[in-house]
Amino acid sequence: MTPSAPWRDGLERAAEGQASVGDAALLLREAPLFDLGRAADGVRRRLHPDGVVTYIVDRNINYTNVCTCQCSFCAFFREKGDPGAYVLSDAELSRKIEETLEAGGTQVLLQGGLHPEWDLADAVRLTRVVKRHPVRLHGFSPPEIWHFANRSGVTIAEAISRLKGAGLDSIPGGGAEILDDAVRARISPRKITWEQWAAVMREAHRQGLPTSATMMFGSVESPEHVASHLVRIRELQEETNGFTSFIPWTFQPGDTPLSRDPRFGETLPSGLGHAVGYLRVLAVARLLLQNVRTVQVSWVTMGAKVAQLGLFFGGNDFGSTMMEENVVASAGVAFRMSEEEIVATIRDAGFRPMQREAHRCST
Amino acid sequence: MEPSLRTIQDKVSAGGRLSEEDALALFLSRDIHAVGELADLANRRVNGDRVYFIVNRHINPTNICVNRCKFCAFSKGREEPLAYTMTMDEILSRAEEARLQNATELHIVGGLHPDLPFDFYLRMLRALRERFPEMHIQAFTAVEIDYFSQMTGLPLEEVIRQMKDAGLGSLPGGGAEIFAPEIRNRICPEKITGDRWLEIMEAVHNAGLRSNATMLYGHVETLASRVDHMRRLRDLQDRTGGFQSFIPLAFHPKNTEISKGYTSGLTDLLTLAVGRIYLDNFRHVKSFWIMVGPKVAQVSLHFGVNDIDGTVVEERITHAAGARTGQEMTVAELVTLIRQAGRIPVERDTLYNVVREWPEGSA
Repeated sequence: MTPSAPWRDGLERAAEGQASVGDAALLLREAPLFDLGRAADGVRRRLHPDGVVTYIVDRNINYTNVCTCQCSFCAFFREKGDPGAYVLSDAELSRKIEETLEAGGTQVLLQGGLHPEWDLADAVRLTRVVKRHPVRLHGFSPPEIWHFANRSGVTIAEAISRLKGAGLDSIPGGGAEILDDAVRARISPRKITWEQWAAVMREAHRQGLPTSATMMFGSVESPEHVASHLVRIRELQEETNGFTSFIPWTFQPGDTPLSRDPRFGETLPSGLGHAVGYLRVLAVARLLLQNVRTVQVSWVTMGAKVAQLGLFFGGNDFGSTMMEENVVASAGVAFRMSEEEIVATIRDAGFRPMQREAHRCST
Repeated sequence: MEPSLRTIQDKVSAGGRLSEEDALALFLSRDIHAVGELADLANRRVNGDRVYFIVNRHINPTNICVNRCKFCAFSKGREEPLAYTMTMDEILSRAEEARLQNATELHIVGGLHPDLPFDFYLRMLRALRERFPEMHIQAFTAVEIDYFSQMTGLPLEEVIRQMKDAGLGSLPGGGAEIFAPEIRNRICPEKITGDRWLEIMEAVHNAGLRSNATMLYGHVETLASRVDHMRRLRDLQDRTGGFQSFIPLAFHPKNTEISKGYTSGLTDLLTLAVGRIYLDNFRHVKSFWIMVGPKVAQVSLHFGVNDIDGTVVEERITHAAGARTGQEMTVAELVTLIRQAGRIPVERDTLYNVVREWPEGSA
């Protein structure tokens, strides 16, 4: 490596928070793993000099798997009437929340499929069911909010306002996949466009609801698409400052229509969708998104070991205990971690574990 | 960079030898980027971008064992429900399956059976060599060799000579565990001492047979005992040059008498990397994907590892202790895993002769 290798200039600009899409793509393709890791670790140290790595005790609840979106990367969805299709009753939802509270949980992550018959009134009802309990509600990703608003014939602003009024505390950044409409046309043609996703987030932030942002990579996208996704999040954050965290994870090919598609076949997962690629993406994300405070590692898709390594490649949050996880598990991946394991794993790496959102909301 | 690492870096760059103090400093370091880079430098100076795998098949003829090592979930008493001993036909039919998969190696290790006579093992070697002359037989740990010598009253050299004549091609590196007596007495008091293990390997090498060397980590050993273990291996290797690869083995806790969690990703990578940097007279360092998982195995290719073992097919020992991996990887999966890490996959035989290279773009 000569000092004038093009990726070095890109890395310098990235360290200063100035990387372009081209810079980021070049880093993803060419920068050596440890140069990326060291630079990302530098940003992580600057933003979190206390060496704290946070996690949350929460439960992931999927209120239905009936979904009209039917993305080809997803093994979770069913059609209404399919043998495995389900809708949680209000009583089941309440019971799951009770269990969460008993297990020391402080938050519910509530997401589900786009049920063809549900509208905003259903989402408000679910919100009220959850908020009868002293628990934070992190719920309804942008495609769900868009779906509910659309079905009820109200604006996004109105939908968010009513959910917020019913008690919604924050919005998860799911459904971002890759924020590029050409990629979306191939893997999630029925899902909202990237600008619709951004519009929901902009409105949520305007109304004071914090959100996370995610990225699913390792399917059919190129490094340029990943780079542009990161820059789009960065620009939106410059405008709203409403993203609390960024969470990249890899496409899990097991039992998805995409992995059965002969056009892709054994080439999946390609590009960056593997352990080394994951660490590269995590590092480049940390470098680009210096205006987003937290970068979360994904033990759900990567396992505890690689997630721990992610703490040296820019990650400062270990995610959640989940308690149940249905979406990734339907693609055949079933890593499990208890709170004790999460704490031990963070400590082993030399960081200080700290539970976030440790206090329950009052009703 | 941590100051102790700078001294080590100077030594490694100059091709100098590390002290035990240096090795300990590497273990204690949390600058994983620096440690990884040093290990990568030491590896690629010798092996370039090539990463080896082998098409092999493990056969464990019996799990009945007179020893009860506390870290072992495989060993059974003769009368226990899960005890088994394969017949000669069962062993041969597994070897036949291996041949059909184009395996180049049979990897055979088992328990110290109280009744099977030495002659059984000689007949097994002869039968395998006769039926499958194209496959290399790597079999019997030093612990088994010692047992045969005790059982027959024959001197070590004679046991080795008879086995070599019957078809034994090389020895695996098992049974080394941790040499330091104070640790060894706690985890496997009945097993041969570390000194005896080394004595047997010296005799094996002097008889013209190659072997590997392992180290079991992640149980009750100290970092100093890991360094001591590696020092003794390096000393013997200076004398004989008979070790091919160093293979750290991650302790798996399930169904064992040692109450510990699984090893962390960081521990796995540091142990591999320190092995590579400290053991400057070992050409190959292997991460056994069965133990650390395919994801950490892939990342380890940047931490000094140049071998990820092979197809394996049937693995009983680690799986008895709760291995969370599958038992088999296909050649295509191994090739993809190596390529994704940016390295060149090379299929090898047991003695590291190239069977086939898989440069970029080849099928």
